[in-house]
Amino acid sequence: MKENREGVKGWLNPTRYGANRFAYWLQRLTGLGLLIYFIAHVIETSNIVYGKSAWEKMLAVTQTNEGHIVLMVVIGMCVFHAANGVRLYIAEHGKGIGRPGRPEYPYKPTSLGLGMKACIWVSVALAALAMMYGAYVLFGEA
Amino acid sequence: MKRVKIRVFRYNPADGADARYDEFEVEAERWTTVLDALLYIKAHKDHSIALRYSCRMASCGSCGMVINGIPRLACYTKVYELGSDVITCRPLTNFPIIRDLATDFTAFFAKHKSMRPYIINDAVDRIDGREFLQKPEEVEKYLQFSYCIKCGLCYAACPTVATDKRFPGPQALAQMYRYLIDSRDMATDERLKVVDDRHGVWRCHFAGSCSMVCPKGVDPALGIQLLRAYLLGMSRDSKVVAELYRREK
Repeated sequence: MKENREGVKGWLNPTRYGANRFAYWLQRLTGLGLLIYFIAHVIETSNIVYGKSAWEKMLAVTQTNEGHIVLMVVIGMCVFHAANGVRLYIAEHGKGIGRPGRPEYPYKPTSLGLGMKACIWVSVALAALAMMYGAYVLFGEA
Repeated sequence: MKRVKIRVFRYNPADGADARYDEFEVEAERWTTVLDALLYIKAHKDHSIALRYSCRMASCGSCGMVINGIPRLACYTKVYELGSDVITCRPLTNFPIIRDLATDFTAFFAKHKSMRPYIINDAVDRIDGREFLQKPEEVEKYLQFSYCIKCGLCYAACPTVATDKRFPGPQALAQMYRYLIDSRDMATDERLKVVDDRHGVWRCHFAGSCSMVCPKGVDPALGIQLLRAYLLGMSRDSKVVAELYRREK
């Protein structure tokens, strides 16, 4: 028989199953992005062991337009990941996902109801606002 | 009436050839389902297509397949509602392919069985004409999850099943909650041990795809979150084991 497991490529398309799947995809993506940033950040700050000039040289990279854009993206990833994480924490405690009942056609899953959807879009909006504020501060300095 | 092109996934391990898509033109009425179209193709154009079906009314859960990228029941999906002149039918993802659109449910059913999907209660042996009394609100705690027809659509849509072979999947976990929360069941601790594992209920990331594709409104994602809440101690005091009563004549 042919193995037909979707594998990691099953994670890649966020458009097939509605807002929750989109949030799942974004949570994975931002988590991965923050992990990469964390590793880069450790490497960046470790430059201090090579003396003041090496440190300042590395710091100058973050003061460029490209560096500011990267930091803006990091701010957005951080805020979305945290806010959506709080939503997931609340959901796995059985809150905000509705109660079981008698399903009636057309079936609408209560766990994917308006409350959860609103929390997802609020997380996206918070991330966008934080990025805009970050841009204001970072590019305002330049 | 409109003409649509049906693309059917073809794969036969016996002939050793690579998987391919065969294309067929079919005339569809407003009421034509994808299963109707496939059976028309099988009857008039290519009888060698392998697919599984039975009731044709979304009760048996046999005709699950991926239709235009989404796991659906072929008998429950009308050609018109897809809004496309090209319909692609693939076997359910995360299930091994037996041939063409027919998939193997052995692992899926094994996971279901591992949840011990039946009432465990010592008093059952001593019923002696008596019966368990349940209040309507106690029934409503599990009724929704008992509508599962084991079609496997949720299992095919789940991104965790896609990458973790040991994850029981949304169907099995929702069934676990169905029996756990049933006031006639006494095996709460034994049940929780089965799913309280890093490849168990905690592996779910609440992508919600299972509930989106469920054709019976079971909402497995709800069951899984409630199961977690139970494990986290959020609702343990809500379960009172039912007692046996003799019905008054």
